[in-house]
Amino acid sequence: MRDAFVRTLMELAKEDKKIELVTGDLGFGVLKPFWEQLPDQFTNAGIAEQNMTSLAAGMALEGKTVFTYSIGNFPTLRCLEQIRNDCAYHRANVKIVCVGGGFVYGSLGMSHQATEDLAVMRALPDVVVMAPGDLVEAEECTKAIARYQGTGYLRLGRGGERRIHKRLDGFEIGKAVKVHDGERVVIFSTGAIFDEVADAYEMLVKKGYRPAVYTFPTVKPIDTQIIEQCSKAYEWIVTVEEHNVVAGFGSAVAEIMAEMNGRAARLMRIGLQDEYNILVGNQKYLRGQYKLDGKSIANEIEKNLSCVEREY
Amino acid sequence: MTSEQLAWKIRRHGIEMTHISGGGHIGSVLSVADIIAVLYTDVMKWKPDAPKWEGRDRFILSKGHAGAAIYAALAESGFFAIEELKTHYADGSRLSGHVSHHLPGVDFSTGSLGHGLSAGVGMAYAARKDRKNHKVYVVLGDGECNEGSVWEAALFANHFRLNNLVAVVDHNHMQSLDFTENTLEIEDFAAKWRAFGWNTIEVNGNSHDELKRAFLEAERSGLENHKPAVVIADTIKGYGIRFMENDILWHYRFPHDGWEYDMAVTKLHQCMPEGVRDPYTPDGILNPVRPTESDDIGNDHTFSFSWKPEYPEQMRRVEAGAGTRERVRLCR
Repeated sequence: MRDAFVRTLMELAKEDKKIELVTGDLGFGVLKPFWEQLPDQFTNAGIAEQNMTSLAAGMALEGKTVFTYSIGNFPTLRCLEQIRNDCAYHRANVKIVCVGGGFVYGSLGMSHQATEDLAVMRALPDVVVMAPGDLVEAEECTKAIARYQGTGYLRLGRGGERRIHKRLDGFEIGKAVKVHDGERVVIFSTGAIFDEVADAYEMLVKKGYRPAVYTFPTVKPIDTQIIEQCSKAYEWIVTVEEHNVVAGFGSAVAEIMAEMNGRAARLMRIGLQDEYNILVGNQKYLRGQYKLDGKSIANEIEKNLSCVEREY
Repeated sequence: MTSEQLAWKIRRHGIEMTHISGGGHIGSVLSVADIIAVLYTDVMKWKPDAPKWEGRDRFILSKGHAGAAIYAALAESGFFAIEELKTHYADGSRLSGHVSHHLPGVDFSTGSLGHGLSAGVGMAYAARKDRKNHKVYVVLGDGECNEGSVWEAALFANHFRLNNLVAVVDHNHMQSLDFTENTLEIEDFAAKWRAFGWNTIEVNGNSHDELKRAFLEAERSGLENHKPAVVIADTIKGYGIRFMENDILWHYRFPHDGWEYDMAVTKLHQCMPEGVRDPYTPDGILNPVRPTESDDIGNDHTFSFSWKPEYPEQMRRVEAGAGTRERVRLCR
């Protein structure tokens, strides 16, 4: 996903000389093609995220489209006020890129795991929040956020994500992507956890269920229309995010559902249950431990569906 | 308008604006008035009828709490009506206490300390990339330099040789609760900037001649070694109104009705430059109310004055007479 982002940004930056990439001293190997081919549009701002972010705002106000790049919580929480006051409030063309949303940097420990970033960034007015689910979405999100006038946040996985979508037509900021039609239950997924959701889908299908699946490459502005439609058409909406369930993607969906008329569906939020990770292990392992792997997701959904069947 | 005239106007507007609004930071407005006046009259390029003119020099007041000073300078320079200054802090006004870019002539909103230099660095860096000739001026507070982000920006500006960037530190030696030196030791302040690679120019920041020479020196040294420049403007907090000078009380307090307002205006009228008209009290105040023995003048309001720690015993303390123009001296 990281490489898809860099490749796409390079294509864009070759066409648009106003695009600048500023890194907080990270991206060894990954950003090399960019600095080799576009040295005049690349800056290493050092290990100084606060300066990097206000710097980007200053550059943006002079006409640049600036991507700031770092990993985990460094490009967001470390410099949150700079994002709020200097980027968003000035509607500066700054695109904050985080590599490593969720448990990507599993074994490195809690400091490197971005598990509240969607919630925090979503709370800022005038910030678009995007979390692509696969390589195709990563490419589309990069293009869309580069075009977008204003401040945006792009939360990426790292490497090894699959191409799940064959292709995406008519991609737009704020629009969910339908992956499968279905009945009774619809799964909403945001970010790289889509990989596990795709597995969960297969498992559920094998057991005779037909879950619908949507991905939400944009967490803010959220696709209200799809949420409302699905709230009327399905018994269950299940949100899945590699992130705290508090104030994140599931909460964004809950806000819409809570205020709408004629809702039929119940909501289940799958994610990190308001805790920090204290375990050591790779992303796959941690997803399993926190019940975010395909099998656990499928089990949780099945449990709810069978439970409702008994109720009826 | 001369720099002396503008500086006086900034001080007079500052007194009126804080008096009407009950807003704070008059001490800071008074210390920075000369710096801003010199920049707007003798140094920077700008067009009041075209605030976004591309060729303008960029200006950021990073110590955004002294917003009244920049609002006064902008109004006096024709960016908006002088009359609007009276709306400072008021409901529906464009003049928030801290600087807002929703006002013609303001390039960047500030208020949270430690942001402005980085933003200015970004503007200067972008201008360099685009081969543009304008300069970027950022005015910081000395207390603001407690913020680590200031030093991140200082590293960047030197590394990328931003000689189109000039930082000015309003070194008034005071911050919020006390003298800067009693809060977090920052001296040798100039040596710190030099160590970060900046062309460092130390001047009396209330002297217009010295400030003007400093900006020429910033230009000259930058052309020579391609480094950014910092002017460390040694100022007195509350400068121009004796009873406010060196008294931390006036960081937050505003001139109240009675002797405070009357004496502030009277003090300013005693040093009004030729050719200036006071829009509020053109003839000064006849029969001003005077302070009495019981009024709070000349007292040390710093927190370390009454703080008696048993630890750390080696901590030093500076002081300067409140209500005097004395420079800080080591007292412990």
